[in-house]
Amino acid sequence: MKEPAILAEALTKDFGPIHALSGIDLRLEKGEFLTILGPNGAGKTTLIKILATLMRPTSGLVRVAGYDLAEAGEALRRRIGVISHQTYLYENLTAYENLRFYGRMYGVQDLEDHIRGVLEEVGLKGRRDHLVRTYSRGMQQRLSIARALIHDPSVLLLDEPYTGLDQHATRMLTGLLARLRDGERTVILTTHQLSQGLELSDFVAILVRGRIVYQEKVAGLSLADLEDAYFQHVGQEYRWDTQ
Amino acid sequence: MGYTVRLWAIIYKDLVSEFRTKELFSSMFVFALLVLIIFNFAFSPGTRELQLVTAPGILWVAFTFAGALGLGRSFALEREKDCIHGLMLCPGDRGIIFLAKFLGNLLFMGAVEVITLPLFAIFFNVRILPILPSLTLILFLSTIGFASVGTLFAAMAAATKTREVLLPILLFPVAVPVIIAAVKSTGRVLEGRPLSEIAPWLNMLLSFDVIFLVICYITFEYVVEE
Repeated sequence: MKEPAILAEALTKDFGPIHALSGIDLRLEKGEFLTILGPNGAGKTTLIKILATLMRPTSGLVRVAGYDLAEAGEALRRRIGVISHQTYLYENLTAYENLRFYGRMYGVQDLEDHIRGVLEEVGLKGRRDHLVRTYSRGMQQRLSIARALIHDPSVLLLDEPYTGLDQHATRMLTGLLARLRDGERTVILTTHQLSQGLELSDFVAILVRGRIVYQEKVAGLSLADLEDAYFQHVGQEYRWDTQ
Repeated sequence: MGYTVRLWAIIYKDLVSEFRTKELFSSMFVFALLVLIIFNFAFSPGTRELQLVTAPGILWVAFTFAGALGLGRSFALEREKDCIHGLMLCPGDRGIIFLAKFLGNLLFMGAVEVITLPLFAIFFNVRILPILPSLTLILFLSTIGFASVGTLFAAMAAATKTREVLLPILLFPVAVPVIIAAVKSTGRVLEGRPLSEIAPWLNMLLSFDVIFLVICYITFEYVVEE
């Protein structure tokens, strides 16, 4: 049987008496794109942090890119790229210096070619020698994508990457993420913006209070259907949150 | 090979960043200088004996408090934009982050000490050239101990909102053996006593360094993990 790109079984995470995640089951094959929707505090970031080895689960099985999270965290990290609302970029270094730093940390061969390639991909080639602190929020987020792609990961985890972006930057980021759907990379995106989830992904899931309460293929699913399902599970009081 | 490249990449990144901002070094140096100036005025009319009694303590107040300033800043930089997560996502042993940060802190503290020491000699009328090898050994061993514990606690404190307050509260009680050994051995050396007389203090410093470097390296991953 083929090894799934991301597999989580009965995954739980507790912070003292608080159950952040309760019995999460996920299965994604290579090349698939899943968007996890949910309001603030639903457990989206906790789930991404566990999949990215930044946090240990309380219980359950997690396998990413064929590696068990508990046994092969180091090897697994080589195959994961993470894009968050925080950029993980050093503001007093240039874009080039940031990418060279992360490239060296990942042991990337032919690093100069890779840096050139990813900067071209995110449209920042002309600004490579500018300090990151001089970049706009949108440019920083594009550079953050370049950082996450520098080691050519097979799994991409995107945690609320649209936070703080204006409409233009949001459109650019959506275009970039759409280009990442090359059939080779498996992607999980978390957001509370339903239209973005629908636009980019193969599957959508809704996470509420640490539980996946809804999972559906995007093909044939309209935004109205998704909204109905979302507010039915999340609660009507959240309707303003997605506007 | 890969380990050394990653280790150097982190240190180099911190050096370039510091070279551009000069935040860390300048604040540490100015603080150390101010301590020396204030205490020099406070004790200047004193006798030679009084100076020999107080000078080692003053020197180590300057070094350790300036060091604590620098240690706090070193991890605060990693918490901006959540860069610590970027580092933790990189493959390989996470202890390398501790080691690189420790070496960086050692370098910055060492640089402040090298510049502050001649000023200390001038302010307190102490001839340091004849005792320079012994003094260098004491400085080296003490700074390793202080920086190793300090790097771990700085990582811990950086994750909290009260990091500026928390770091000294955590660090100084644990670093007390290093500070006492450093002050006592510096005092003996300034009095012109032979190195053999301070051997027990040096052994204590060496033991502290080895034990805490190993403990901090191993526990670092658990400290930074959420």
